Amino acid sequence: MSIAWYLAVSAIVFTLGAIGVVARRNPLVILLCLELMLNGANLALIAFSRLWGNGDGQIMALVVMTVAACEVCIGLGMIVAIHRRRLPIDVDELRELQG
Amino acid sequence: MSAALFFIASAGAIAGAVGVVLLRDPFYSVLALVVHLVCLAVLFLLLRAEFVAAVQVVVYAGAVMVLYVFVVAYVGGEGDRFETGRLPERPRGPGPAGSRARLGGAALGGALLLELLIALLGTGLKGISGLGAGYSPGPRTFGTPAYIGELLLTRFLLVFEVASFLLLIAAVGAVVLARRRGGIDEADSREAQGAIGLAPPRGVGTMAEGVGRAPAPTQARAEDVLEARGRGPRGSLRHPLP
Repeated sequence: MSIAWYLAVSAIVFTLGAIGVVARRNPLVILLCLELMLNGANLALIAFSRLWGNGDGQIMALVVMTVAACEVCIGLGMIVAIHRRRLPIDVDELRELQG
Repeated sequence: MSAALFFIASAGAIAGAVGVVLLRDPFYSVLALVVHLVCLAVLFLLLRAEFVAAVQVVVYAGAVMVLYVFVVAYVGGEGDRFETGRLPERPRGPGPAGSRARLGGAALGGALLLELLIALLGTGLKGISGLGAGYSPGPRTFGTPAYIGELLLTRFLLVFEVASFLLLIAAVGAVVLARRRGGIDEADSREAQGAIGLAPPRGVGTMAEGVGRAPAPTQARAEDVLEARGRGPRGSLRHPLP
């Protein structure tokens, strides 16, 4: 399959993740949709890496995975902290930091 | 063969992504994301990124998703089990704000998809309609662990070290964020002990007994415990092996 097909799939996955981030209200699902966006970017990186026959894109994809793991770690820690304080797990209700 | 595999894997990846966005229960969303990640690993394999595909399955679909499953099990569903009287009852189903967010999300998604497709497929790069650069299988060729390891430890050594430092910071941050503040309160600890059976039986020599906070077991009780384990008072086997 040509590289363009992979790029199209990555664009679709990224878009689905963006829709989820905007439309869902549960922070757990928003984190999952962030993962979707990062994975779409990863697929594009690896497709371009294959296009040039160069490993730099794969290293970048590994770094993106590291960043995603850190983000999940911190995000889930925040969700557990919110749950401990008996606050609702809903981004519409959690507006203390809103101006 | 590779075309069929590509279509199966990309259909699975897109279906998994749609499932993550549309399913109501966060637990099913996590499972849909696992499907998506495994299908994406197949796509990585088709793109000759063997090591990244393996990392994708092991780290993402293995470790990160297990973390998600644990947190979803701990926190629960859509937050509907957490009415503590502090907030008024929310009406079920999407309210006007929810439907507006959905409409806005769909509009944004359409615009974003259009833009991305124009940017990615309308590019002047001739190569994207081809199969990519030449590839010859071998032990140290493009995408193998040896190749990635060599890159990580030579050209991208700084990136490697910064990534490890970032992971350390994230681990410390998660511990700081999720720790209990002010200790375990009485009700919580009793509930936890009742649920999981964490309360140690008496006479097993805990530190609390040593400092006299729990009643120390009498001699008879200690002997009972030892007998229950099939040993004599001084730890000898009651029924020695032949």
